[in-house]
Amino acid sequence: MKRVFETKEVSGSQNWLLTRFDALVNWARANSLWPMPFGTACCAIEFMATAASRYDFARFGMERQAFSPRQADVLICAGRLPFKLAPVIRTIYDQMPQPKWVISMGACASTGGIFDNYAMVQGIDTIVPVDVYVPGCPPRPEGLLYGVLLLHKKIKGESLAIPGLRDEQPLDAHGLRLPPEQIDEISEPFGNSIHQYRSA
Amino acid sequence: MNPSVDALRATFGSAIGRAQEACGDTIVTVGSANLLEIMRWLRDTPGQRHDYLVDITAVEYRDRERPLEVVYFLRSLERKADLRVKVELDPSGELTVDSVTPLWAGANWLEREVYDMFGIVFAGHPDLRRILMWETYAEGYPLRKDFPLRGRFSRAEQVRQALNANPEAHYSIEELSIAEAYDELPPDMRERLRRGQRGTVPESE
Repeated sequence: MKRVFETKEVSGSQNWLLTRFDALVNWARANSLWPMPFGTACCAIEFMATAASRYDFARFGMERQAFSPRQADVLICAGRLPFKLAPVIRTIYDQMPQPKWVISMGACASTGGIFDNYAMVQGIDTIVPVDVYVPGCPPRPEGLLYGVLLLHKKIKGESLAIPGLRDEQPLDAHGLRLPPEQIDEISEPFGNSIHQYRSA
Repeated sequence: MNPSVDALRATFGSAIGRAQEACGDTIVTVGSANLLEIMRWLRDTPGQRHDYLVDITAVEYRDRERPLEVVYFLRSLERKADLRVKVELDPSGELTVDSVTPLWAGANWLEREVYDMFGIVFAGHPDLRRILMWETYAEGYPLRKDFPLRGRFSRAEQVRQALNANPEAHYSIEELSIAEAYDELPPDMRERLRRGQRGTVPESE
């Protein structure tokens, strides 16, 4: 594992701390992620279990759950997202200051899951950009923790020099995040749901 | 047979249709013309006193020949007795039935839900708006058999309309004044709500 800090003996007596600025910033960001829980269904129960003492994601710098998006770093969508909540999660995402990340927790948030119907968003990536998808129905706390650790890894690989990485990406002129064809493609039925009965 | 059914037949005659017992429950079908009168009688008559309206729902059968049914679950708290009342509606005709909100105030949201999901209009309802789907929802009535499982619009169009919807637009002016959010609305929406106007579907690009 790459070490972030190095201490060196310089001119005998004093200790100097040397690091890349990138590595220092990313280390700080990754290890103090404040989650904004957006719990809508059974995944939120597993999320609470992850936050509680047995699994305790405070160990990874997520001690403070930010119930205000203005003080949050990572939006965790735990549960299915109906179309009625789509403008809500988009508003919350827009209210979060950069840098910000999104974890899509569970099958429903990631793909619509078993709810391939008229009321449900088929994957929150049609609404907000997603950094880590955690599969499962619902994922166990270990799964969510693994997702958080993957996010740490991703954050530590970021560079401040990448232009536009932390720019806000507002909705386009149609009020969409992605081109319509791409949303249709993402939302295509798959697995067992292609056999579901369609009337009309 | 449940004594309520015999009493209903004695009082209303041919307005009472068939009655059946199923799993210990009594189901009685009544004509939609006298619904309000029959319900009032069931609520107020001593010996009936069905004072509690448990639920209102509707059923559409896959068999297109069968009528749509609006189902009322009544309970008498003092007699500890249940009665299920059904009204049959011709799906090809006008789906209208009298509102029972004058009898049970709790019917308000129940009837709004049935309206939202089935498109059945409750005549005399004080505030007949969608309750589960949002105000500008334009795809129809989701629990009708002719409604496609995934909705009528493409997913992209559904996402576009959902993202363009204003979450505050779900509420009536009364609900907003309770929440004290009314003053924070944009002026055009305040004006629209004051006039009691419904929302509009955003223009397609």
